[in-house]
Formats: sequence, structure tokens, C-alpha cells
Amino acid sequence: MSTDIDHQWTTRLRRKVAGKLPPEKLLPDTQPSYVSSWIYVFGVTTMSALAVVIGTGFLLSLRGPQWWHESSVGHFVNSLHLWSVEIFFFAMVVHLWGKFFMGAWRGGRTATWMTGVVTFLASIATAFTGYASQSNFDSQWITTQAKDGINSTGAGAFFNVLNLGQMLMWHIVLLPLAAVILTALHVLLVRIKGVVPPYADKAGEAL
Amino acid sequence: MAWISFLAALIPLDGLGHYLHWGVIDISVANFIVILLMIATFVAALLLPFPGRSRRKESK
Repeated sequence: MSTDIDHQWTTRLRRKVAGKLPPEKLLPDTQPSYVSSWIYVFGVTTMSALAVVIGTGFLLSLRGPQWWHESSVGHFVNSLHLWSVEIFFFAMVVHLWGKFFMGAWRGGRTATWMTGVVTFLASIATAFTGYASQSNFDSQWITTQAKDGINSTGAGAFFNVLNLGQMLMWHIVLLPLAAVILTALHVLLVRIKGVVPPYADKAGEAL
Repeated sequence: MAWISFLAALIPLDGLGHYLHWGVIDISVANFIVILLMIATFVAALLLPFPGRSRRKESK
């Protein structure tokens, strides 16, 4: 017999979450044997690089453009921010190639694949607004070139790349938030559905 | 610090960028090198043995 407590949204939500993602699935002790390959390390490499990007981004936000342009420590943190982004995209592309050739959308993993695709797109937009927010000649060149492309799509009416304040806010608030939330969702879906098994070989047995 | 000057001389970063042209494709040498490195990393990840893999197989 169900009670009032059973109908509370907190109870229903907790049961649903616990059913879909019990603790042993969220933080498993072991992984399937096919995960013992270097091709499976690039997802976590991407996330590690993202952590450094976010950390150095916090430091850059604390001190501001004058610091990252003029002091040696600021230059160093700015470089760390740039190079961790380079590693982030490098690892993400290798991860994407690996998952594409594994057919990682198989076995009801469409949402996992699609959150990865959208995270990739959000990351490109985040990187672009970052290049537009450098506040130097480089960002001036990039934004004056990009404005014509974006205006030709009609998006320039509400996304003005020549507006430094708007680009900086997109770069440090909206897009990183989207990228982090999407990454978390992507990882949770991997935990719920598990890592995609390899294609079966000719004898019909999974490798 | 001599090695830094040597590296800087080897890879000039303050000059004009170099570009490769194949028909409609225009790509900077720097971006082309990054793509080659990604392909090399991808192939290496498929071919190199993963530490502990044989041990796991034996214990199965």
C-alpha cells in the first residue's frame, strides 16, 4: 500500500535515480576487459584538460587582462590556459575518432553520442569566444574577420563578436557552464549505459 | 638557457605563418602538424600494448 511519502516528488526522484544509477554503477570497481587499451584513455584525458582549463580560467578571472598581458606569472597562467585548451581539443578529437570507429552509439547509447556531439560544438564556441576575449591585436583581427561570417547568418543581431563585454561573458559564464553540464551528463550516461563493447568478429564473438 | 634560444631559432614564432595549398585546401603548417600528430596518436593508441592487459587476461 502506497503512502503519501511514496508520492512525494523527492521520494520518486530518489528512487528513479537510485534505480538508474546505483553507487556501484556510478563508481565501479572494475571495467570490462576490452577497456584495457590506450584508445579508451582519451575521454578522461579530455576531462583532465578541462579541469586545468577551468582552474586557470578562475585564476585569469581573479586578476584580469592587465595581469595576463603584463606580468610574467600572468603570462604563464595565460599560457597554461591556452595549452590546456590545445590538449583538450587534441584529446577530444582522438576520443571522437575512437568512438566513431567503435560505433559508440550502439546498444541504446544514442543520447551518450549526442551529448558528446553537442559538448564538442559548445567547446568550439567556448574556444572561439576565448580567442575573441584576449583583448589584443589577435582578438581584434579574429573578431573583425568573424563578424562578417556571423552577420551573414543573421546571428550577429544578438551575438555581436565586436562586443568585448558580451564575448567575455559568453566565454566565462554561459558557455563553460554549458560545457561542464554537458560533460557531466555525458559521463553519467556512460556510467548508466556502460562503455560500448567492441564489434563482434567474424566468428560472431565480441573481441 | 641556451637550449631555449636554440629552440626559438629552430621554430620561429614571431614571423609570418607558413601555409600549404592543395587546390581548394589552404592549411597552416602548424595546424597540419597538429592533425598529423593526432593521427599518429590515434594509430599508436590502437597498436601499443596497454600495461597490465596480459595480466588481466591470465586472471580471467
